[in-house]
Amino acid sequence: MKVELKDIHKYFGPVHANDGVSLCADAGSLHGILGENGAGKSTLMKVLSGFVSPDKGEISIDGMAVRLASPTQAVAIGIGMLHQDPLDFPSLSVLDNFLLGSPRSYMLDRPRSRQHLIELASQFNFELDPDASVSDLSIGERQQLEIVRLLWLGVRVLILDEPTTAISAQQKEKLFATLRRLAQQGKTILFVSHKLEEVKELCTKVTVLAHGKVTGEVVMPCPTERLVEIMFGQAIVINKGSVMPLEEVVLKLDDIIVSDWRLEMKNLSLEVRTGEVIGLAGLEGSGQLLVLKACAGLLRPKAGRILINGIDMIDRPYCQFLESGVTYMASGRLEEGLIAGMTLTEHAALVERRPSFLVDWTLASEKVNQLIHEFNIKGQPENFVEELSGGNQQRMLLALLHPQSRILFMEHPTRGLDLESTESIWAILLNRARRGTAIIFVSSDLDELLDRCHRILVFFSGHVRLLETVKTNALELGEAIGGRGFGSFNSQ
Amino acid sequence: MDLSILITSVLAASPPIVFAVLGETITEKAGVINLSIDGSMLLTAMIGFVVALKTNSVFAGFMAAMIVGSLVVSIIAFVSLTLHQPQVATGFVLTLLCRDLAYVFGNPYAHIPGPQVVPTPIPGLVDLPVIGVILFDQNPIVYLSLLAVFGVWAYMFKTQPGLKLQGLGERPRAAFVRGVNVTLMRYIYTLVGGAFVGLGGAAFSLMVKPGWGRPYGIEGTGWIALAIVIFGGWKPIRAALGAYFFVTLQTAVNTLHGAMPNVPTQIFPTLPFPLMILSLLLVTIGNTEWMNQTLSLLPKRVQRFLIRTLKTLQTSPPASLGTIFKKE
Amino acid sequence: MPWNWAKPSEEEVLDHLIANNNKATELFLRLSAIPVAFVLSIIILLMMGASPLDAFSLIFSGAFGSSGRLAYVMTAWVPVLLCSAGLLVTFASGFWNIGIEGQVVMGAVFATGLMQAFQHSLHPVAVLILAAVAGLLGGALWGMLAGVLRLYGNVNEIFGGLGLNFIAGSLTVYLVLGPWKRPGIASTSGTEPFPSSLWLPAFEGFQISPIEILLGLIAILIIAWILRGTHFGLGLKAIGKNQRSAFLMGVPIGRRMLMAFTLCGALAGLAGWVLVVGTSARHNLFPLISSGYGFLAILVVLLSHLSAFWSVPISFFFAAITMGSLQLALERQLDSSLGGVIQGMLVLSILITQGLKSRWLRRGES
Repeated sequence: MKVELKDIHKYFGPVHANDGVSLCADAGSLHGILGENGAGKSTLMKVLSGFVSPDKGEISIDGMAVRLASPTQAVAIGIGMLHQDPLDFPSLSVLDNFLLGSPRSYMLDRPRSRQHLIELASQFNFELDPDASVSDLSIGERQQLEIVRLLWLGVRVLILDEPTTAISAQQKEKLFATLRRLAQQGKTILFVSHKLEEVKELCTKVTVLAHGKVTGEVVMPCPTERLVEIMFGQAIVINKGSVMPLEEVVLKLDDIIVSDWRLEMKNLSLEVRTGEVIGLAGLEGSGQLLVLKACAGLLRPKAGRILINGIDMIDRPYCQFLESGVTYMASGRLEEGLIAGMTLTEHAALVERRPSFLVDWTLASEKVNQLIHEFNIKGQPENFVEELSGGNQQRMLLALLHPQSRILFMEHPTRGLDLESTESIWAILLNRARRGTAIIFVSSDLDELLDRCHRILVFFSGHVRLLETVKTNALELGEAIGGRGFGSFNSQ
Repeated sequence: MDLSILITSVLAASPPIVFAVLGETITEKAGVINLSIDGSMLLTAMIGFVVALKTNSVFAGFMAAMIVGSLVVSIIAFVSLTLHQPQVATGFVLTLLCRDLAYVFGNPYAHIPGPQVVPTPIPGLVDLPVIGVILFDQNPIVYLSLLAVFGVWAYMFKTQPGLKLQGLGERPRAAFVRGVNVTLMRYIYTLVGGAFVGLGGAAFSLMVKPGWGRPYGIEGTGWIALAIVIFGGWKPIRAALGAYFFVTLQTAVNTLHGAMPNVPTQIFPTLPFPLMILSLLLVTIGNTEWMNQTLSLLPKRVQRFLIRTLKTLQTSPPASLGTIFKKE
Repeated sequence: MPWNWAKPSEEEVLDHLIANNNKATELFLRLSAIPVAFVLSIIILLMMGASPLDAFSLIFSGAFGSSGRLAYVMTAWVPVLLCSAGLLVTFASGFWNIGIEGQVVMGAVFATGLMQAFQHSLHPVAVLILAAVAGLLGGALWGMLAGVLRLYGNVNEIFGGLGLNFIAGSLTVYLVLGPWKRPGIASTSGTEPFPSSLWLPAFEGFQISPIEILLGLIAILIIAWILRGTHFGLGLKAIGKNQRSAFLMGVPIGRRMLMAFTLCGALAGLAGWVLVVGTSARHNLFPLISSGYGFLAILVVLLSHLSAFWSVPISFFFAAITMGSLQLALERQLDSSLGGVIQGMLVLSILITQGLKSRWLRRGES
């Protein structure tokens, strides 16, 4: 089936997520869609799979324009999507997941469907146990199940959204073999990813998206440098990282293993000194957040030691981390940082380190006025925090951080902020760093990483590479994020 | 006590709770908590009796009770699914309100004899040895309750829409992608669950505890039904077993008095209630972190045994219980 | 896993924005619930074949018709007020303390137990004071148990509270008919009533004790002050609005939750004490002594939208309705639960108009 997207526009509020995107994928082709986080890939795929309708533009299948009202209708037409986190039902069995939603009949014919499942799975060399619970499967196996299910429903266009994020090397090989086979059978494969190396390996044609627009379309083979250039815009930027004298070790990770349902980070060791700024880079789900949370005491590692100021904090509760000088700033300003429904003054009173029984409102009032002045927050003490703009909320969050904190952990400190706010926030942060606070943060903004950090740790599928900012550049960083330099790996 | 007599009387007395528990299992599987069951059962019991009395038709009584049961729960559905307000608050207010409405409207009908469900032994089957008397010498409502347990189980696990119901409670987003109209289905299943509760209430006033009074005597049973749903792990057969267990407790406590003559008789009927609620502890305690830590300290063999028993006991609610579903 | 503390939904955040921007609309919509509730009550009365005017005037005279009746209203008012004060604490932190009825009962049980033990050996005033402390402790213990079940047993506080309510009920039945039974005849009407020396002293000719009233009002004041002027209260508010952010800021969530339940239980226990020693009380322990006042307090707090100030008149209003409706049973063939119907309708109407308002304004905002 030939898929064509013509001039797709989609707005989410003021954000122009897809800005005139056009695309053409022939039947039997392996078409890659490449781009950074926030480039508009997932929105485009949501449009194509029927999740949302475009504000403008047209989708045509085999030359005929179609209107996709819902994902189910898309599947009925023949377009199916494999989500990064497969939309399945963990508490049900493999067979039940296979069956759910199939329009075949009212009564479930388990024996016959079981037969179909096993046949289809063996066609692609998948090993799926129909009676196993989906919660016991690995992501790779859940993907296999979903592919088999979509094929059973008659899908001829298969969209895969970042499928290799959390699967092992063998599973990836199997997946690619499957996709090539499906393409040979005449199916159209749309492979959405930020992983340069893989797109190069698999696809015959690649459309590159950046900032909601198509920035280029290339036929493979194509050199990596060219792809990076199209993805990131201006390739080379002179970094402004300064060399600072570093002193004592304030945080030390000793061979830690952290994991969650998706991923396991093994044997990570690291030393961070006072005043050092470290950036954690990588595609979403590569392990940076796991490490960040473990260091702050929010996630318990399976093994290893975390030494803060020389003391092993490994099994201690979060409040003790706070007391040893750790501060954590999550990315959801209003969901995980500030408290909607409370005023600025109340927040100032809440974070008082050694609170007396009674709230000293005069003191809190003075404090909040001082903070408003010092951090340039556009708001009044009696304003509720949700009334502030995003940049001012972030400033408020920073203002509430303990002045004597030794290590500051942050998730995406300047995400969604305009240039002016970003600059002023970094001025505050670097000021802190100069006074001795170590800063460790996760970011997907290459410029931010290169400009502000001493060192950058690049995460890829559970492995880490260290880059010294003075010795690297945007090209190398971008490639590293895309998987270059990690060799072949076994993560699951 | 003779075992077959015990089983027979348990079966005869359980339909109200079985219906309520099945209904609430369906409702919660769809993701809605109906905290109004306690009051709703009182109200539907009263309505069932009064309508049956006035129309001289037990059938009409049951119908009316089912309609009222659905109406009550439709308020919760509306307030939570459309207005996005908390289900717990609405349910709590409704449970008190329904109870008071039952007392107010039922006042003129207290202690009046009325129609009841007629015992209907099934000819032929009733002559079977042992199980004949136990299973087939009951009344239509008891038969209906047994069929309902089987029916709900078959629906949930053997049909496509039933499978979708399971998916709906588990992960509405995934269900949506597979063609489920989430909000509509939630409404429908909530109403169905309410009808079951109504059926249960009427089963009290037209069969197990005929008539009406103030207090009626089943106060608190609705809360137990909610606990049994949790105890039953949101699965119809296990929930029904929980219901039978509770009724057995109620039937059995009367024999305890013989063993403890010094204890006042009035305390025994109250005992099944706290016992049932505390049994919840068994099924939730395994999930806690300190439990996992304690377990890891025990020797491997003990650990594995305990973990396995705990795992079969453990229940976890449908992941989307009480949450709001939005398409994007 | 500490990271599992809940975070607010998008809608809850949006609701705060709306609330702040539309105070006038909000007040209007909230007040409009009152006529809705009354219209519904009138409909119900008409369906019963009773005259609404007659019923309402009966309730009114039942509550305020004589000084004796007014005293009864205030006798009901105090426990509800005390329980409301306690509930303000637990609701502030976002938890449902359904176990409040059991906490009132245990307060009464502990108070009665202490009084029975010391009524002949100590001065009456000492006995009364010690009984108050005992009541406080009994309720506090019961509240703490509910919190413990939640924190360490992972039992939802609703069911933990319910279970404890049931246990308290069973325990009372046992005590009243067993070890504490009246000499001669064991009766569910309760234990042997205490002599008038152990009643709270009343005004001249007005059967309510100033001590009870003061206690209720002081409790509300103290709670309002705790919630607004202490770090404990501020922390509770933070937990109630956003558990995750509160956790990240260092608020000890488990500890505060236990404290909130214990404090609410203590106040409920004090209400239990009042129910035993109050001037117009029955002066003994009997099953169902809590009389549903705990649940009524939940309705009061829901209706007052967690405002300490408004809880005072609303609890009085609800006490008046409850006491006044008793008249309906006495003089007409109407069940006194009609009062409960009116109260329930009021709260339900508020919830619905609240929802409509949020939905309507939310549409406008986005």
